[in-house]
Amino acid sequence: MTVKELVDQFDLEVIAGPDLQKEIDGAYIGDLLSNVMARAEKGNLWLTVQGHQNVVAVALLVELSAVILVEDFDYEENAIQKACQKGVNLLKTGKKSYDLACSFYESNI
Amino acid sequence: MSLQKQQILNKEIDSFDFQSGGEASSDLKNILRKLGVPSKIVRKTAIITYELEMNVVIHSLGGEITALISEDELEIRVDDSGPGIEDLDKAFTAGFSTASDEIREMGFGAGMGLVNVKRYADQIDVKSSKDAGTHVKVIINLAN
Repeated sequence: MTVKELVDQFDLEVIAGPDLQKEIDGAYIGDLLSNVMARAEKGNLWLTVQGHQNVVAVALLVELSAVILVEDFDYEENAIQKACQKGVNLLKTGKKSYDLACSFYESNI
Repeated sequence: MSLQKQQILNKEIDSFDFQSGGEASSDLKNILRKLGVPSKIVRKTAIITYELEMNVVIHSLGGEITALISEDELEIRVDDSGPGIEDLDKAFTAGFSTASDEIREMGFGAGMGLVNVKRYADQIDVKSSKDAGTHVKVIINLAN
């Protein structure tokens, strides 16, 4: 599934979408950047409450398919700019990580 | 076989520069890819350099990161100009951090930085003192 298909299916908001054709391969949930660096895998979606600019650096290094900011948290403006420059997709939703992850699981993500 | 090491990266890291934090790691990752280094090693290196780079951003007065490569190994050096690590044993303890509440709220300061570096490095050497800053040397084996 591509990020674009995910956005349509789960009604996610696109905050930065420089590369929505990226393929998704699994997901990781976490707010501690060291854990995400060490544990998340290439192609993962990253569900988090962190919306600052260094999130983009981590997403880029791990080659994540998209960041999904949950529970209506907001991205910082400089994070959005950096994501557009670097080709990192930033999405958001009002849902909780658990609920979103359950619906992803049901769709075999 | 040549054991001569060639410098492939040297980049300054500024204190509290969260905008550029991670870029040296990203640059090194791209360089290693172009050199045809296996993706597993590139991934390991990215984890190590990101942690060390963010340590300089968060904890130091500024520093630099240098990467050297030979046929057998990759050497990463991260040098900062202070203030130095008071207790190195503690710094290598999972969960120990001196980061402020503000930094922790950003998802840093979990006390896993140097722990992760040690886990993925083949060799690590850290020298630190209040006067001379912190100097980290990491070796990643390229030959199997």
